[in-house]
Amino acid sequence: MTQMSYMEAIRDGMRVEMKRDSGVYIAGEDVAQFGGCFGVTAGLYDEFGPDRVMNTPISEAVIVGHAVGAAALGLRPIAEIMFVDFMGCCMDELHNQAAKMKYMFGGKAKVPMVVRTPCGAGLGAAAQHSQCLESWFTHIAGVKTVMPGTAADAKGLMIAAIRDDNPVMYIEHKQLLGLTGDVPDGEYVVPLGKADIKREGSDVTIVAWSWMLQKSLAAAEKLAAEGINVEVLDPRTLVPLDKDAILKSVSKTGKLVIVHEEIKTSGFGGEISAIVAEEGFDYLDAPIKRVAAPDTPIPFSPILEQTFIPSEEKIIEAVKALF
Amino acid sequence: MDIQKKQLLEFYQQMVTIRIFESRVCELFAAGQIPGFVHSSLGQEAIAAGVMACVEKDDKVGLHHRSHGEMIAKGADMNKMMAELFGKATGTCKGKGGSMHIADMDLGILGANGILGAGYAIATGAAFACQYNETKDIALCLFGDGQSNRGPFHESLNVAALWKLPIVFICENNGFGLSNPVKEHLATDCVSDRAAAYGIPGVTVDGNDVLAVYETTLEAVDRARKGNGPSLLEFTTWRWHGHFEGDPAVYKDAQEQEEWLKKDPIPRFAKQLLEQKNATQAELDEMQAKGEALVDAAVKFAEESPWPDVSELFTDVYDRQM
Ligand SMILES: Cc1ncc(C[n+]2csc(CCOP(=O)(O)OP(=O)(O)O)c2C)c(N)n1
Repeated sequence: MTQMSYMEAIRDGMRVEMKRDSGVYIAGEDVAQFGGCFGVTAGLYDEFGPDRVMNTPISEAVIVGHAVGAAALGLRPIAEIMFVDFMGCCMDELHNQAAKMKYMFGGKAKVPMVVRTPCGAGLGAAAQHSQCLESWFTHIAGVKTVMPGTAADAKGLMIAAIRDDNPVMYIEHKQLLGLTGDVPDGEYVVPLGKADIKREGSDVTIVAWSWMLQKSLAAAEKLAAEGINVEVLDPRTLVPLDKDAILKSVSKTGKLVIVHEEIKTSGFGGEISAIVAEEGFDYLDAPIKRVAAPDTPIPFSPILEQTFIPSEEKIIEAVKALF
Repeated sequence: MDIQKKQLLEFYQQMVTIRIFESRVCELFAAGQIPGFVHSSLGQEAIAAGVMACVEKDDKVGLHHRSHGEMIAKGADMNKMMAELFGKATGTCKGKGGSMHIADMDLGILGANGILGAGYAIATGAAFACQYNETKDIALCLFGDGQSNRGPFHESLNVAALWKLPIVFICENNGFGLSNPVKEHLATDCVSDRAAAYGIPGVTVDGNDVLAVYETTLEAVDRARKGNGPSLLEFTTWRWHGHFEGDPAVYKDAQEQEEWLKKDPIPRFAKQLLEQKNATQAELDEMQAKGEALVDAAVKFAEESPWPDVSELFTDVYDRQM
């Protein structure tokens, strides 16, 4: 175990795989000597050289698109898109190409690529640099979507994402980059599709990921002081989704609150609600609640942005409303 | 070209005002008064001043993330701009856009943009609307060297040339796309080399020479207004600061930076004005003082302005609230 930040853990995951497999390389804007816009790839250029850590021009379509071609020929690219908001500039390469190649080719193709990209609000970066868009990707059959909420998961999921033979969206959160935690050394793999109970409890289940996992854990502490014992479940990957773990937790607690930073309408909370309504209706003794951002773009002014982001208070309020 | 004295002094006034505005913005950002990201245009003032002198109020302008200077030169209210950068209710965009998304439709300013390369097609559409409505207005599209590598560049220039749209594409080549020097991101020597691919005029000109910027742009604007189609202009300059405020820009070569600082467009133009007796030192000092007063007033306005009401979060999402 080593204490490290979420950012160092992402990097460590990439490093472990780059050492193990010479087909793994990183391509993106300013990822080389500069170390990436947020510093996530810092040092990797020095360690692995210009052939494995490559700056690209500002050309998102080719960052993701070339990864599709290279992956189809057996390489394992890690394509960095500087902000998840820029995925609109390379969406065809993901949703019509990477995602469908294997299927359309009757199984005769493999696209083992990772798109690494940060999401999230709270930096005053406004409407085009602050979004959470995970349900864009979960809506594409053929793509996996990974959203680590702790340092250890950041590493373990990165290794699993690189080893996976499918296109994987690996979405890290800007607010978590500095979060530290104990991270297992070496080849630590967190399998895709396996949820983790981050806090055990018996009264209510909160399902939350990424930054909202941390907010939910903090809210759970406060609720414990008021006598409400919250179970916090982190799905860690949205596709594949560990349905069984969610249903099992709800069968124990009888109550479900889903927390996400995406806007509410068509957010992934709707999907989880539907699954529990379809397959776990009998477990519920209260309506399912969703805490999510409002259906607006993200405003620049800090006072408006703070109102936009789902807060600990809103989570606490939603939980209490069930009792 | 015989340029009137009034216009020459106007160039100088614009450049110093932008310089003062941008310097103050950097200070305020460092002091924590301006949130988010700030991309300073210090060093690039001659492009803003020279280009915007060529267009009328009703002409349309698409900008990018480093465009405070062009906003000012197009006539935007600096009080409101500063308030926008603070995130105040009185800002150009009610505090909802911030530096990267500042816009003023009343002045034909179609917005800075947080998405690189998003402006080409939008400005092309604006030019299309001018042509469609037969207004004689034209559109300008400004962008950096780095974002010239996005795909919509090609799609937009092709369409603009094909449809002979009244538009001028203007690259501010400031040496870098974030940490990447031009020679490491561009396959050709110049962005303007690509004009040949669309059969339109393309030139690369010293962007720190306000008169050269003006004359080059004027010709392209004239061509567009006459219905002869688009041009691709490239103005070479240098980004004085890091990519964003707070970026120490370790990737810059110290000597290169030194050399470019010596090519500061403002003293260079001042020298010309004085030598050719188009201005006296007293006049230059007066313009400097005027710029400072304007920026002081803008900062005061921003500081004293209220924050937006939280209900503003929910307004403007749709044209009529649902
Ligand atoms: C589509 C997209 N890709 C990447 C970015 C991140 N980014 C913002 S500015 C910038 C560099 C832009 O360089 P250039 O176009 O030369 O303009 P300059 O900053 O030099 O004025 C980058 C990579 C972005 N905002 N949008």
